[in-house]
Amino acid sequence: MKTKMLGIEIDDLHLAFGQTKVLTGVNLTIKPGEFFAFLGPSGSGKSTLLRSIAGFGPRPQGAIRIGGKDVVDLPPWKRNVGMVFQSYALWPHMSVRENVAFGLRERKVPGADIARRVDEALDLVGLKHLADRMPNQLSGGQQQRIALARTVVIEPQVLLLDEPLSNLDASLRVQMRRELLTLQRKLGLTTIFVTHDQEEANTTSDRMAVLDGGVIQQVGSPQDLYDRPANLFVARFLGTANILEGTVETEGGRARFRTKTGDSLSLPDGVGAAGKNIVLRPQNITIQREASRDALVGTVAHREFLGGQIRYLVTSGGSEIVVDQSHRSGRDWFEPGATVHLLANTENAVVL
Amino acid sequence: MPNDTPRPAAGTGLADRLPSFLFPRLSGTALTGIFIAIFLMGFLIFPVLQVIYVAFIDPRSGGLTLQNFADFFGTSLFRESFANSFYVSAMSVVVATVIALPLAYITTRFNFGGSALIQSLGFIPLIMPPFVGAVAMSLIFGKNGTINLMLRDTFGFTIPFMEGLNGVILVQSIHYFPFILINLSASLRNIDRSMEEAAQNLGSSGLRMFRRIVFPLAMPGYIAGAVLVFIKVFDDLGTPLLLNVNNMLAPQAYLRITSVGISDPMGYVISVILVAFSILSLWASFLVMRGKDYATVQKGGGGLAKRDLSTREKVLAYGAVIFILLLVLSPHIGLMLLSFSTIWSFAPLPDGYTWANYVRMWEGSQQYITNTLLYAGLAALGDVILGTAIAYIVLRTGIAGRKWLDYMATAALAVPGVVLGIGYLRTFQSVEVPFLDKPMAQWWVIIAIALMIRRLPYALRACMAALQQVSVALEEAAESLGATKSRTIRRVVVPLMTGGILAGFVTSFATAAVELSATIMLVSSSKDSPLAYGIYLFMQTPSGRGAGAALGIIAVIIVGLGMYLSQLIIERDKKLKTSGTGH
Repeated sequence: MKTKMLGIEIDDLHLAFGQTKVLTGVNLTIKPGEFFAFLGPSGSGKSTLLRSIAGFGPRPQGAIRIGGKDVVDLPPWKRNVGMVFQSYALWPHMSVRENVAFGLRERKVPGADIARRVDEALDLVGLKHLADRMPNQLSGGQQQRIALARTVVIEPQVLLLDEPLSNLDASLRVQMRRELLTLQRKLGLTTIFVTHDQEEANTTSDRMAVLDGGVIQQVGSPQDLYDRPANLFVARFLGTANILEGTVETEGGRARFRTKTGDSLSLPDGVGAAGKNIVLRPQNITIQREASRDALVGTVAHREFLGGQIRYLVTSGGSEIVVDQSHRSGRDWFEPGATVHLLANTENAVVL
Repeated sequence: MPNDTPRPAAGTGLADRLPSFLFPRLSGTALTGIFIAIFLMGFLIFPVLQVIYVAFIDPRSGGLTLQNFADFFGTSLFRESFANSFYVSAMSVVVATVIALPLAYITTRFNFGGSALIQSLGFIPLIMPPFVGAVAMSLIFGKNGTINLMLRDTFGFTIPFMEGLNGVILVQSIHYFPFILINLSASLRNIDRSMEEAAQNLGSSGLRMFRRIVFPLAMPGYIAGAVLVFIKVFDDLGTPLLLNVNNMLAPQAYLRITSVGISDPMGYVISVILVAFSILSLWASFLVMRGKDYATVQKGGGGLAKRDLSTREKVLAYGAVIFILLLVLSPHIGLMLLSFSTIWSFAPLPDGYTWANYVRMWEGSQQYITNTLLYAGLAALGDVILGTAIAYIVLRTGIAGRKWLDYMATAALAVPGVVLGIGYLRTFQSVEVPFLDKPMAQWWVIIAIALMIRRLPYALRACMAALQQVSVALEEAAESLGATKSRTIRRVVVPLMTGGILAGFVTSFATAAVELSATIMLVSSSKDSPLAYGIYLFMQTPSGRGAGAALGIIAVIIVGLGMYLSQLIIERDKKLKTSGTGH
């Protein structure tokens, strides 16, 4: 299969269903060969954005350029953009082979070439032996792979995946996302993956865009977004975040964060001074019995054993703080009701 | 709603004092099941088997023979009738498809203001018994009807819409196309949007996509509708009879039995062919559709994307829809005009208008109307009682062989009215009604039973659907609180099924009220005639047509009101149930 590496540029894209604005001012550049994720809660506009790249839904305002060419006015069947649907959308009245051959037939590819390329595509997903089955005789994972083969066989300019793993069970999901990544690397196909599952986005994508309310909140690599969220939405949406309100003060030349409840936390140099919130990840807080400088006093309200970690919910000065301690056998636990002291490692804290 | 489930044996009855092998203990439901099985055997299976048996018996020697079939195919009139019946049925499917396909396509694929119009008006043909419209159709489309008179005056030519078989095809396809419309629309609506989008994504569009993806996916629905149309037309007696087209199978069977006599084997041979064709068609459609349940709509996903129409397309669409609806409603319009007309002959429209037909109809047919209310009422009541009992036994008990009750009741679908009528004549002619001193085949009750058997499959489906919506947990809750089986059924299950049962009753009533095929065979005196037969009698003479049309309007009103009522009941019931679940 030929490799095409085309980038996608989305330029000030607006889209509305009647009066309801679904996408507002979307600007995005996806590099050639990149595995890119759209991550967001349901209703965030991520699927709508993907569908507008494929040409489905109302015509958006703005530009979508694939390999430099604006496709906004092209109908779906002229875009040569491959899309794998959430439901796989395999046609039940056609065999696997007919399903995969469909796009090639539409392109009037000669019969012998069709047979060869269908075999190649089925080989690629490891299901050549199922070519003569009907879709309803396949498992969910197999259907997914056939849908993928049906899409890549036409050598699309880019590959769009709409929540491709959401209909699979948990263990298969982990396996399939690895396979998807391997396949993407092998084909070098620029790929966009829509998901509401941050773990899926984190584990597969080179970069991702977090969407909320039809607006792109932040774009970057998974680590960037987790470590340096641009706003509270991203901080809360990726992983668990403790967000304490307060103000940044300067004390003896060093910046400190004073919480609303009066506690004071030291801040590393170079942290934005304008923010009113400090973001602390649960694993960056140490829970201890002894009081110490800069420690917050609180009461254990709740305890959950998660296996590798123990998660405490600590009430401190009116706010609830989540603390994760790694679990080692033999180490004693803090019982609910115990008075504890929380020591925040603010070295990597973000003030927003 | 009365319940026919006997209470469990009281415990001190005669049966308890006798050895148990003589009276095996049976639960109330099992006894009910046995009673129903006997009833269906007696009034459905046996008469039909009797008909089939007679077809293979030499009328002189009484031995088994194929001679009757040889005689049948050796007679040119019968060969012609056979070919005609087949041709008319096939062509009716074609014409019905031509009517239904654009309507289904427009309503499911476009944002079209006329969709609501199609949804409601498109089903109106079903509320008119086809033979009622036949005469009105002759007046509009016939050789000297409205359309041809106008054509002759303006263009100097005519179109033989109603000549011979054409008339039957036109009337039947206008009457039965809703079956295709309903099934095809449902199928089209059940296609998930992603099916179509995937095709577009891979480079397909327009008609080519419709041909390769959309239509194949809607095929099961289309076939289901088309088979129904084929069978209904193949079996129908009333329409050809009223149009005076006698060289078809069902009319031949009727004429042989009524003119030559009950012992003439040809009526039976035709019956066997009718039944065989019904079963064959159902079986063939089953083979074609096996493994093709294409309902692909996903949770949260919509059906096919609907597109807005451009102004030009809108004009075209409205034009097509209005043309089709006018065609489809022409029997009703014609009937209405005829019922108010003084004389309507050789003229595009009646010469004058009057109420006299209604007065005459009222004076002459009160008996018909009361008979109809009685027969259809009894039939519908019996249907829902049997339907509820069978539904309960099949869905909620483990009684051995319970499925057979369902199969037997549903088998009535494959039995044409003519065949059931002949079967009853043959079987019950020799059975005397106690105290009345006449054969059962001539007793009016047999008409009610025939109607009941004919409508049972539909009522049964309605009851089953109603029961399936009553959670087993509700029943178990009542039982765990101490209610016996029969009390649970009476106080919990049946009340919760009321909506569905009522809807089944009304539909059975309305359709039984205008059934002609079976009743025409069984009516022994005009005193016992129902409405449908009354219309038939009126329509036999040109002077009676006006009054016949007026009676036809009454029939349409009864069926229309019934259908409307049942729809209302279903809607209200649905609302009640969904508001109850707290969504």
